[in-house]
Amino acid sequence: MRIIVCIKQVPDTAGGVKFKPDGTLDRAAMLAIMNPDDKAGLEAALRIKDAYPGTTVDVITMGLPKADAVLREAMAMGADKSYLVTDRPLGGADTWATSSTIAAAIREMGDYDIIFTGRQAIDGDTAQVGPQIAEHLGIPVISYAQDVKVDPEKKTVTVQRQFDDRYHVLEAKMPVLITALSELNEPRYMTPMGIWDAIDAPVTDSNDADYAEKYKEILASDGKGVIIWHRKDIPTLKDEDMGLKGSPTKIAKASDKVRKGAGTIYKDLDPDQGAATICQALVEKHYI
Amino acid sequence: MDFTLDKKHEMARSLFRDFAQNEVKPLAQEIDEEERFPRETIEKMAKNGFLGITVPREYGGQGCDELTYVLCMEEIAKVCGTTAVALSAHTSLCIDPIMSFGTEEQKQKYIPKLASGEYLGAFGLTEPGAGTDAQGQQTKAVLDENTHEWVLNGSKCFITNGSEADVYIIIAVTGTIEKRGRKMKEISAFIVEKGTPGFTFGTKEHKMGIRGSATYELIFQDCRIPEGNLLGQKGKGFNIAMHTLDGGRIGIATQALGLAEGALDLTVAYTKERKQFGRSISQFQNTQFKLADMKARTDAAQLLVYKAAMAKDAVGFTTQSTYSVEAAEAKLFAAETASAVTSECVQLHGGYGYIREYDVERMMRDAKITEIYEGTSEVMRMVISGSMLRG
Repeated sequence: MRIIVCIKQVPDTAGGVKFKPDGTLDRAAMLAIMNPDDKAGLEAALRIKDAYPGTTVDVITMGLPKADAVLREAMAMGADKSYLVTDRPLGGADTWATSSTIAAAIREMGDYDIIFTGRQAIDGDTAQVGPQIAEHLGIPVISYAQDVKVDPEKKTVTVQRQFDDRYHVLEAKMPVLITALSELNEPRYMTPMGIWDAIDAPVTDSNDADYAEKYKEILASDGKGVIIWHRKDIPTLKDEDMGLKGSPTKIAKASDKVRKGAGTIYKDLDPDQGAATICQALVEKHYI
Repeated sequence: MDFTLDKKHEMARSLFRDFAQNEVKPLAQEIDEEERFPRETIEKMAKNGFLGITVPREYGGQGCDELTYVLCMEEIAKVCGTTAVALSAHTSLCIDPIMSFGTEEQKQKYIPKLASGEYLGAFGLTEPGAGTDAQGQQTKAVLDENTHEWVLNGSKCFITNGSEADVYIIIAVTGTIEKRGRKMKEISAFIVEKGTPGFTFGTKEHKMGIRGSATYELIFQDCRIPEGNLLGQKGKGFNIAMHTLDGGRIGIATQALGLAEGALDLTVAYTKERKQFGRSISQFQNTQFKLADMKARTDAAQLLVYKAAMAKDAVGFTTQSTYSVEAAEAKLFAAETASAVTSECVQLHGGYGYIREYDVERMMRDAKITEIYEGTSEVMRMVISGSMLRG
């Protein structure tokens, strides 16, 4: 089996969210980490690899060159090859442009059986990119996975999908895209050996003169490797679907969560009394 | 000369730090209080490859270097001195001598299991009457030529990982030799497995610090081991022991360094929170100067420790001692730094520093042993000055 895991480098919100004066995220002032839900997706993929030897797990990310750090981390945890999609015209992408770009890049990566993405990234919390990638690729998607089982013979997956107070058990044929919850598992640590291999991994950039030859070498090897792609390497991506220009979403303003007060709870009222009481309170505060 | 860690070592440090914070720190107080060996942590370290960091991959190890191992020791010692010494005795005192002096057969037999953590390692040199003075050794090993077995009799004391370890490097007297007209004991090294008939464990020691570390007496009564378990050449046991301790001292120096750093981190945080006379005590110049002195000293210790690790990395596993002085300097300075810094950290914590709930209390108790085991600070001074005055 071949599994592709989509990962994203995000600012670590555990250390507090920092904004620039213009209201956008100050990413430079925050530590960059692998998005937690994506890490759970990677762990799920690596567990399948452990259980079914011969499985390969490749990772892909779109971002600035410094996103290389999360690719190295993924390889140090056990991933095989990693792809960095980076180019100025791809920047400023919303979920539509991001999913269009990643789906187009995945088409260039060759055949696959399962794609894992995280449910959502902690910097945007949209939960849209995973399902959109599946839509672009025309494959089924199972979101909010809290348990994943595979049957390599039948080429199917059986997934528990979290749903409010219960879960659904869904079966799908491969190829399939699964979005993972961080509750899915406890991601493994990197190993010292994995770190050394990840840092020593050969790197090839499609702008390099010897790219074609080196890319072949990396794909043919059992070891790890980093492949850097740019706009020109994903020909099925249309110009109108990428970057800031291809992003229908315009962010008016971003802000930290505003702490809400405890509120007022009115108890032991029937619906009519409740409605009257709430209306009265809103009138008193001049909201209505 | 570049004093920054490269990408591999930086990334390894972040791994070890995460592991130490998540897996080691939560148990540190409990294992100290209960004098309990942290078996579960050892198993987790094994699973993540930490028990074979320096071991080449062909023997099932991680294939990393001494500096990587030192970073692991440092991050673990920052939160738990006990867990750190278990790793140090295993790696520096058991794996290292087998890798350096063992036959291919011995390496194949023991190293993969030690590197994977299936086996834990230990080292037995010290006896009630012989520590640094190896000529005081009483444990004897006699070759039974009929059965081709060595027969061990005697005892070892203060052995780290005692009873918990599966493989022990044991130093014993195998005869007498004449050296410059004087009769001296001939000393050799052996590999002894737990469970060998005649090999038992005596008293468990109750200690001031590193209380979760299993410190035991080892007893040998007609303990028969295969002739092939002689480690290195017969009669070279003293060299093997001293060479092993050179490496061990880098481990202990790192343990000391970690304890100092860990206590200092806690103290910086505490002095910012603790308020007296209407302001945090970090605003008093007395506190600031003490913190500055401790920081400078701890950073100096770190440089000596890293220098010793790199001196060992320059030669890898070898029978030659080329890093004795670097190791001795690192251990002397880091151990005395650990004792001084942890004691001062307790002082800055005031009454709370003397209470068991506060980690600096344990760290101060843990630090003292680093000035004593694997060669006291006095012995370190002998090693260093000896190299200065020789020739």
